[in-house]
Amino acid sequence: MKEKDNDSSKKSSLMTRRTFLKGGALTTAALSTGVLGAEVGEAHLALEDYPSALKRATVTLKVNGLRHRLEVEPRTTLLEVLREELQLTGTKKGCDRGQCGSCTVLLNGRPVYSCLSLAIEAVGKEILTIEGISDGETLHPVQRAFVQEMGLQCGFCSPGQILATVALLGKNPSPSEAQIRQALAGNLCRCGAYPMIFKSVQTAARLR
Amino acid sequence: MFPARFNYYRAESLPEVLDLLARHGSEGKILAGGQSVIPLMKLRLASPAVLIDINRVRELQAIAGDERGGLRIGALTRHHHMEIKKWPRSLALLMDAARDIGDPQVRNLGTVGGALAEVDPAGDWGPVMLSLGARVRAVSPKGERTLPIDELFVDAFTTCLAEDELLREVEIPPLSDGTGTAYLKMERKAGDFAIASAAVRVNRSPDGRCQDVGIGLGGVGLVPLRARGAEDLLRGSNLEEELIREAEESVRKECEPLADIRGSVEFKRQVVGVLFRRALKIALRRAQGEEVEAGHV
Repeated sequence: MKEKDNDSSKKSSLMTRRTFLKGGALTTAALSTGVLGAEVGEAHLALEDYPSALKRATVTLKVNGLRHRLEVEPRTTLLEVLREELQLTGTKKGCDRGQCGSCTVLLNGRPVYSCLSLAIEAVGKEILTIEGISDGETLHPVQRAFVQEMGLQCGFCSPGQILATVALLGKNPSPSEAQIRQALAGNLCRCGAYPMIFKSVQTAARLR
Repeated sequence: MFPARFNYYRAESLPEVLDLLARHGSEGKILAGGQSVIPLMKLRLASPAVLIDINRVRELQAIAGDERGGLRIGALTRHHHMEIKKWPRSLALLMDAARDIGDPQVRNLGTVGGALAEVDPAGDWGPVMLSLGARVRAVSPKGERTLPIDELFVDAFTTCLAEDELLREVEIPPLSDGTGTAYLKMERKAGDFAIASAAVRVNRSPDGRCQDVGIGLGGVGLVPLRARGAEDLLRGSNLEEELIREAEESVRKECEPLADIRGSVEFKRQVVGVLFRRALKIALRRAQGEEVEAGHV
């Protein structure tokens, strides 16, 4: 491999980066480039230190209108807190790296990946999960629409799809098909139920 | 997945950020939108001992006009805010870029400054800001400096900023009348990084001459690239079809793509040339006041 730069330290760093950039086993939301399999292996090995005692912070999170006082490690994602501390398991863990959308929650009304947000960052914000949109046993209109149109197959992506829809209809009550596709672009459905999902969104727009 | 342990500091103001950078700059990372740094930390590609959360720092959040007619975009401006802002027609490329970065979830948290400082070879804001001839304002406990955006990008995932320096804002210089801009990218799938992308700013005088042109390329090198050779060919010309073809070939020669999961070197060269030519055509029509959609492919 030829490099224009003859400075050896620069060269070696370029070599490393080129090698790195050429890897392509696994993509993340973080990088345009792939991550080498070996490095992912190391990543898992590095998890051996979890969990153990370390500095924790006391935070108050407002989830579905209720305040929860919790002790968290700064490195804990909002997703982990919702599922493991608050037992709000409607929010799903899929890829855990911001690609699939099954962990979508609304933060101050806007969809975000809870797997890419630290719990400690969410202090002072309104967090809405799938558990918070129905009124007791009465389903939210968007939920009713997904039931009516069978906007799912296995259902794992549904909480995310439904919350992305709630956010969309909140600012655009009658979206076009193209706008629906744009708004739900961050929520994958591995079963491929997209036609029914998009139909559910259209029905939800009418039901609201 | 959990990131490795770190200490978390939340800054409420710019002086607090600078104080934290002075104390922890060498071991720490800035936490802005977190859409890249958090997955990188989960995958152990980064393990900073300290995260400095700047999300509450108001000084970094504004988009404002400056006295010369230019624009200042605070580093913490979310992609979402770039997407919903009503831009003057001459800056239509900002909308072209903003509306297709990642997906809605990423755009709601991800920031312009964070994306620029990450220097992902296939990022969107790099080529856009290169084509606009933008400058970057950086602050550190020692003071402040402004540098051309070309100097910011040193290597893939590497800026020229010091450990205790913060990218504070991006300055877009004023654009003269008759300027048109466009940004086009090719993606494998919605929400993916670009296979290749091209940003064009072109200014045409009433008699049809090309007074100025800026060309930024993404996904075809270790860093976002500026196609200076193609710019030189077009600047001062009458933008004849033949010359545009020549500039397209120059773009292909000037870039240095790497083969990866998104395609071979030859493929990326081919694509980036076509994207450049199409973006130039759109920018020229926009310069004439036409409303043109820049449809990514």
